[in-house]
Formats: sequence, C-alpha cells, structure tokens
Amino acid sequence: MFPFSYTNASSLQEALDHGQRGGRYIAGGTTLVDLMRETVERPDELVDISGLPLTEITMTPRGGLRIGALARMADVAAEPKVRNTYPVISQALELSASAQLRNMATIGGNIMQRTRCAYFRDVSADCNKRLPGSGCAALHGYNRTHAILGTSESCVCTHPSDLAVALAALEAVVHLVGPDGERDVALTDFLLLPGGTPHREHAVRPGELIAAVEIPAHPRPLRSGYLKVRDRQSYEFALTSAAVALHIRGGVIRAAKVAAGGVGTVPWKLTAVEDHLIGRRRSPQLWSAAADLATEGARPLDHNRFKIDLLKRTVERQLLIVGGTE
Amino acid sequence: MTQQPHRAVVGTDQPRVDGRLKVTGKARYAADHGPAEGVDGIVHAVLVESSIGRGRITGIDTRAAENLPGVLRVIHHGNAPRLPYRDNPFPDSINPPGERLRAFQDDLVRFFGEPVGVVVATTLEVARHAARLVEVTYDVELPVVDLSRAPADEPETYARGDADTAWEAAEVHLEMTYRMSRNHHNAMEPHAIIARWQGERLTVWDKTQWVADPRNELAAVFGIPREAVRCLSPFVGGAFGNGGRTWVHSAIAALAAREVRRPVKLVLTRRQQYFTAGFRPGYEYTMRVGSDRRGRITAMVHDVRGESSRYERHSDDLSIGRMLYAIPHVRQAVRHVPLDISTPTWMRGPGWSSAAYTIESALDELAHELEIDPIELRMRNEPTQDPATGQPFSTRRLRECYDVGAREFGWHRRNPTPGVARDGDWLIGMGMAAGAYMTERAAAQAHVRLDANGTAVVQSATSDIGPGTHTSMTQVAADALGLPMGAVEFRLGDTALPPAPIQALAWTMASVGSAVQDACDRLRRRAIALAVDDERSPLHGVDPDDVAVERGRMHARDDPSRGETYRQLLARNNRPFLGLTGSYNPEESRFSMYAYSAIFAEVAVDARLGLVRVRRMLGVFDAGRIINPRLADSQALGGMIGGISQALLEHTVTDHRDGRIVNANLADYLVPVNADIPDMRAIYVDSVDDKADPIGVKGLGEIVIVGVAPAVANAVFNATGRRIRDLPITPEALLGL
Repeated sequence: MFPFSYTNASSLQEALDHGQRGGRYIAGGTTLVDLMRETVERPDELVDISGLPLTEITMTPRGGLRIGALARMADVAAEPKVRNTYPVISQALELSASAQLRNMATIGGNIMQRTRCAYFRDVSADCNKRLPGSGCAALHGYNRTHAILGTSESCVCTHPSDLAVALAALEAVVHLVGPDGERDVALTDFLLLPGGTPHREHAVRPGELIAAVEIPAHPRPLRSGYLKVRDRQSYEFALTSAAVALHIRGGVIRAAKVAAGGVGTVPWKLTAVEDHLIGRRRSPQLWSAAADLATEGARPLDHNRFKIDLLKRTVERQLLIVGGTE
Repeated sequence: MTQQPHRAVVGTDQPRVDGRLKVTGKARYAADHGPAEGVDGIVHAVLVESSIGRGRITGIDTRAAENLPGVLRVIHHGNAPRLPYRDNPFPDSINPPGERLRAFQDDLVRFFGEPVGVVVATTLEVARHAARLVEVTYDVELPVVDLSRAPADEPETYARGDADTAWEAAEVHLEMTYRMSRNHHNAMEPHAIIARWQGERLTVWDKTQWVADPRNELAAVFGIPREAVRCLSPFVGGAFGNGGRTWVHSAIAALAAREVRRPVKLVLTRRQQYFTAGFRPGYEYTMRVGSDRRGRITAMVHDVRGESSRYERHSDDLSIGRMLYAIPHVRQAVRHVPLDISTPTWMRGPGWSSAAYTIESALDELAHELEIDPIELRMRNEPTQDPATGQPFSTRRLRECYDVGAREFGWHRRNPTPGVARDGDWLIGMGMAAGAYMTERAAAQAHVRLDANGTAVVQSATSDIGPGTHTSMTQVAADALGLPMGAVEFRLGDTALPPAPIQALAWTMASVGSAVQDACDRLRRRAIALAVDDERSPLHGVDPDDVAVERGRMHARDDPSRGETYRQLLARNNRPFLGLTGSYNPEESRFSMYAYSAIFAEVAVDARLGLVRVRRMLGVFDAGRIINPRLADSQALGGMIGGISQALLEHTVTDHRDGRIVNANLADYLVPVNADIPDMRAIYVDSVDDKADPIGVKGLGEIVIVGVAPAVANAVFNATGRRIRDLPITPEALLGL
C-alpha cells in the first residue's frame, strides 16, 4: 500500500473541498482498500464521507424511490419500501458479495466499484484502464468472465455491480453534488463505455460526489426480479445476469425494463428486448423471441463465447419468472 | 501381557481437546509467535516475485526500497551469500528428484512468481511497500506452460498381462480422454515462518506437516548439523499436502534472519501461495477399457500426461489403477511433462483421487454401455486377492460399502436412463464411485511421563494439520494408561520431541498412535510391576496380568476393591514421575492393506443454464477402527467437500503467453461456500483391522476425497445424458443440452 493521508469529513462542504483538491472519497472502502493493498489504487488523500447524512431511503412525491448514496447495501435490501416496490433491487443486492461486505458497502460505492478483471488487479499485467497505453492483457488472455458487449480493442472487462444492472433496467438517475452545485445524470450515461479511454469510467467531474440514486416512478403494478448465473451459489460475480421489470395488463406487456449484467463493459440496457415486448401478449414464445435480441452486437472473445447463449437463456428464464405465462 | 479391560474413550465421540484454544484465538500458529515465546525484536520479510514466466534477471534497482525508513535489507541474487545447499541427506526427505529451488543463488527465472528478492523491514507495512518499490528488469523468454502441447518425458510404465492386445480383442472397448485442472491447496492458514539464529543455532516456527523436514532441509541448505536446527509447529491451520515439503521461502526467511541478525517473520500472501508452495498437477488421462458383454473387465490401459516442473520431477502415485479391480491385463504409462512452472506436490488423496476420477468415470461409462447397474458392474470385478500383488487383503469391505451405501442412499430410486428424472427446471441424477487409498505406516516414537499428581504428558514430534491429532492421541493414551482424557496432555510439533513421520498418507494414527499405545501400555505395566512388587501396596503379589487401571486407579480384576491409585504408588515410592519412550516399527506386511470408499451423489442440473447443484452426498468408508466419530466426520465431510470442489469449481488458470497464474486469489479461484454444500453424511463400516497395525486403523484422511469427483460427474451424466470429461464441470460445458 502506498502512503496516503486520511481526512474524516464532518460536513458535505468539507468533503467537497477536499475532493476538489484531489482527495478520493471513501465510504465502505470494500473496493478501494482492496485495490490499495494491491497497489492498483494509489490515492494521495482519502476523504472519509461515511459520516455524512446521505443514508435516507424515501419515496419521491411522484412515486419514485430515492436512495441515499451512503445507505448500506444490506439496509437497502431489507428496506420494506424497496422490497415492496422494486424487488429487483433487493434481489440484486442480496445476490451480491457476502453478508459482511453488504453490511459495509454503500450504494454510491457499489456503482463506483471497479472491474474484477484479473489483469486490472495484477499490477504486473498490461491494462489500459490502470495504465493507459500499456495494452489490454485480457483481450487475448484468459477472458472467460469478460464482456461480450460494449468492448473495444482497449478494454473488454465487465462492470461488476449487480445493483447497477437493476438500476439501469429501471432507468435510475444519479444525483451528483459538486463545487458547482447539483446535477442529475442517467445511470446509463453516468457509466462510460471504454472506447479508447477505458481509464475514464464515469461522468463524475473533479470533486463531485454521488448524493443519491433515484428510481423514477414506473407504471404499477410492476413485477420485477433479478437472476444471477454463476459458478458457485454465493459470493461470486455474475457470469450472466438479468434484471427484469414488467407492467402487464390483460396479459399484454405495457412496460418492460430489462438489463443484463456480467456481459457488458457497463450494465447493459436491453432496449431491443424491451421494444419487442411492448404491446405483445405474454407467452413462452414471446420470452424466447425477445431474449434472442439480447445479444445484438455481441462480440465474443476466446473463452467467453458461451456467454452469448447463456445470456439469451438467462434473459428468457427471467422474463418467464417475472412475466409468467397465460 | 496385560490388556486394559475396555476402551473407555477410543471409539467415542469426543470434542477436540484444543477446540477452546482455537475458537478463542489462543492457539498459536506459526506467525503468532513472539515475545511470549521469548522471541523479541522480530522484523518482517516480504518477498518480491518475478513478473515473467521464464528468463534472466538483468538488473535489480533497490534504491527506492532501501530509502524507505525502516527498511533493513533488500536481499537478492546479486548480494545474497552463496549457501552450501547440501543434498538433503536424510532418508525421509520428500524432495523429489531434481535440483530444488534455491534462495537467490542465480539470476534464472524458472516460473512466474518465483521469488527474486526479499525486503526486510521493521514493520510489515514498510516491508510490503518497499517490496513493491523494487524494480526488476529481465531478459524475457517464452515460457512453456501448456500441458496439452508440451513434449513429455519418457514414460514410467507398469504392466501386467498384455493390456493393449486384450483391449483390442475385448467384446466391448471404450477409449476416453479425461482432463483434470491444476488445483491449489488453499489452506486457511498461509505459509508462515519465524526464523531466529542464536550463533550457529537456528530455531524456526514454521507451518509444516512435520517439524523434522524444516530442520533437515534448513540444516542442508546452511550446511549445519541438523542438531543445530529446532523447528516448532504447535498448530497448523490446514495444509492438505502443501506443508509437506520445506519450500524456498523458509530458506529465505532463515537467510534474511542471518543477514539482519534479527528474528525474521515471513508470511506468504494469498497470491504468493499460488507460486511456490505446490499444487495438485493437472492431468490429461487417456483411458481404454475392455470388457466382455457381461461386464467382466479384461483390460485397462492408462496413458497419462501430468504436469511437472523443469527443475524437479514430481510423481503422484497412480497405483489405484492396479489394485481396485480384478483386471487381468493392465498397463499404465505415466509421462511427466516438464513445464516452466513451479514443482507440484501432494494434495489430498494425491494421485489416488486423480486416477480414481478416470477409472470410476470409465466404469460408469462402461456400465451405461453394457446396461449394467454401476454397483453391479463393480461387484462383478471385485477381486478376492490383491490383483497387483496376489496378497490376501487385511480387510476389504468394499462390497459392504456398496450395500450399505445403496440402501442408505436409496440407490434403487435411480433411473438408469439418463436425462429423464426431473424436478421443475432441474434434471435430477444419481451417481456413485468407489475409492481406495493405501494403508501405510511408518516408524514413530512417543514419550510418556506419568507425574506424581496422577496426570500424564505424552509427546511426539508429529503434527495436527486438522484431523484432531491432539485429541485422538489423548484418547489412545488415556485408555492405555487407564486415565480420564482430562488427565492426559498430548504435545506435538517440536523437533525436541521423539521423532514421528510426516503427517500425510493418512498414516499418523497407525504410526504415531501405535507408538503412543506402546509407550502408554509399557508405562502402565511398569506402574503395575512397581505396585505388585511393593510390599506396601494393596496389589502386592497379584499377577500383573490380572491388574487393570481405570481412572488412574490400579486394581485387581477379580477384586476391584483391591487396589491403589498411581498417585499413591508414586508418592509412597518417592517417585516424582515415571517416564519412558515407546515406539512403533512396522514390518513389511504380507497383507494387501487399503482403506476403501463408496461415494454416492445426487445432483440437480439446470440444463438450460448449465448449473449443477449437489443435492445429497453419502460416503461409506472402510477405514478400520474409528478412534473418534466426531473427528472422523470432520475428516469425511471435509474430504467430500474437497471432492465436490474438485468436480465443480477448482481450476488454477495459467496464461499461456507468459506463465502468469491469472486467478491467484480466493475471489477468482473458486472453492465452495456453504450454499454449495448439500446434505452430507458419512458412514463407517465396522472394520477394525488388526492386521494393519496395533490399533486397527487403516487411515481416513486421504480416502475421504477419493471417488468423490467421479461420483459427482457420474451423477451429472445420469441427470443429463451428457458426459463431461473435463474437471471442473463448468456451465459452458453443460450448455447446448
């Protein structure tokens, strides 16, 4: 671990002041400390924001849900407002990490967590994300767990968060506060495709801090759920996952919110799947036909070709689980 | 000879005598030692490992590291003293043939992650940071790390009959190639050592499966007499074989301590555990099986390629292929493939579990081909004497294992047609497999001292890497001495104690247990002799054969009221203690001695998503006397979990471009979590084996993993109709159903 200074921010303003001068925000620390130990991350200054009052979970006047950035994963998963309105959020959280980690890690940190790519985490390997211009060892290396969607020659790693997949499906918005005030960015715009600059992972401006995530109101009733496929049954990242939320009236799908995880360089919103579902009557054939559109544009690597089939099947299964049949 | 009237605690369920120490954090593992043991001023060593897979070191820049306050030394091949590195001359050395890896004695890099330097600093934090600042430059060569493509050595062969001809001639002949991934042990405790020099005397607290080996090896490395080295290892947090050899980091720690003239602590990081502390080699295993239509196997041909390093030649024992079934024609050709990797080593059920996977998978394939029940097929090939040696069996209750297992598991409910049984989205299947592991024994000694207060201390330089040796030896000693367990303390893990063999090969109970039995029997007899010869003793004049001891009191068998306690005897005779050393020196046996297993597994397979869930597992073991059912269950369940892990999860991944181990951490190298582990049960058939050793055990610690992986794989076949011949069985292998 490289030496660093540590400041415990007692107010939002104090945090922003330090952040503007290059301080790195730390809350649960479950990613950052890990990466500091591996010397992947070498911040000069840590600004501890875990004492700031950003933990509230509230229903918005319009019927959406606002989750404070410092709410802990475990608390959000257990919150009745979340469980009742967006089970997909609770399920994504509860299928993440371990109980111990969920007790520490926060919602903001979960979105900001960095990739699990083994080459990114091994400082002796080439990685454009860690060291721009050094190359991507995963592109022709061992890439079984890597992305098939949104990749570039520079980077093929996945965004590891399950929560972010559910949030992407539900078209969540990230509330940022910074030296120049507050602003909102859609989650799908907030997390950036790697392109030629994989070291740029998100739209945070210097000194900005995530204050909350807001899920807009969706038509009700909304059935939703999260399916995660992985080698072992707990405490592992997804090979593939699917977040599905459906509003069905009279057997016809009126609204569909679908995203996939474990397959994209960012949480992958499946708009083609959604479009295919809207206005159609639910049936096994529909789930299958819609799921076939999940892999549009997918580019497999040497060891992850199976993810193309697996993704389709994951989406199909979860459409069936959430949407059922007549 | 006097015999104790009964076994009071041997065979009974007993908690671990050191359980409280362990769960309260008071058990002291290698890295825990310090001032409490008189080791003051410990400094910390951290390895710098190579970031290339093969080549030469061209430069090491240590300036940034040495400029850090607290850094004492950076040692590497450019400044390390030349060390004697004598051959380890001791007959019990387990160093494989070849030239062992040395501590900074040349500029060669043999594999990715090889230690190329060590930083010694006053704190661990400084040492870790400084190690990161050492800049090493290399001439890089392309490493060869791909088992499937690299050339192999000349084979080691075993043959009986003419297997190739018999296979050709067989009515039914199958040929399959199985692949097994490399596995790492991943014991909970990482390798750790504290090394302290006092003049020319070296003391190490090392994580090891036997204290004799660090002593012998370090004496050889430094060219000092082995009497000048003491090794202590009172507790070990799991090893599974990787604490057998004394690896290069132990020599590095001792070297660093000598250079900085301070005690040095070195703990491998989890990542470093994957580089220089051994692993189960990967295999490519081609199996040909020939049989008649009725399932009599006539020929079995094993063509095996296994990973080894270039600088040493590691061999697993694959001899289960010679003895498990009555097959007239058998050939085994085992080729080692030298690669630019570190040397493999033993890992639980070494060789036996790897070969059993192929044999027992092949038997299942044959059973399916012949439409014979897999158990029935095995029964039809059950030998009446050892097929390899012709020797009679000491005990072989494998048929009983099958019968008990089939009954308890509900084998009759298995649908022999694969891919038919369903539960919702899940296909359900049952599989079984047999296993065997040799009953080996080694010479051992134990010292017992009965103190005037009526308590006893029993000591032997064995280890307890998890089986509960502290407890099981206490049980044996307590019964032989006629004392309650609470009055007996068993000490181990110190070269100053009477010698014992490595804790491996499941032979500790047979070997050390028999030495403990001998010592305690003799001590009991000595006390009885003292009493019956003592005119002041109530037992005076009684035939010593008619005296028994219970709860520390000697008494006449036919008149229990006549007797006295050990305490009374010693006090009256002004003896502060009675002490002696017992031993066990096994002779070549005329019997074929093995432990056996029958493993039953039920799996559910989500065929669409490629997921396998083990729903139930039963292991039935023929392992001789069970000293303590609770400890046995801990062994059996642990071994079966290891086997499930081998079948479904474990896979050390090497990047073939540079030899990098890609998943050298516990996030990416998968071992099971609780959610992966099903309803599990172990049954031990009643099988005290008096021919095996004085206490009738056959060894349990290895057999418990043998046969588990094929039972799972066979169940997956029964569930799906799909034969996966690569371990681990992955979702992608099961897609496309």
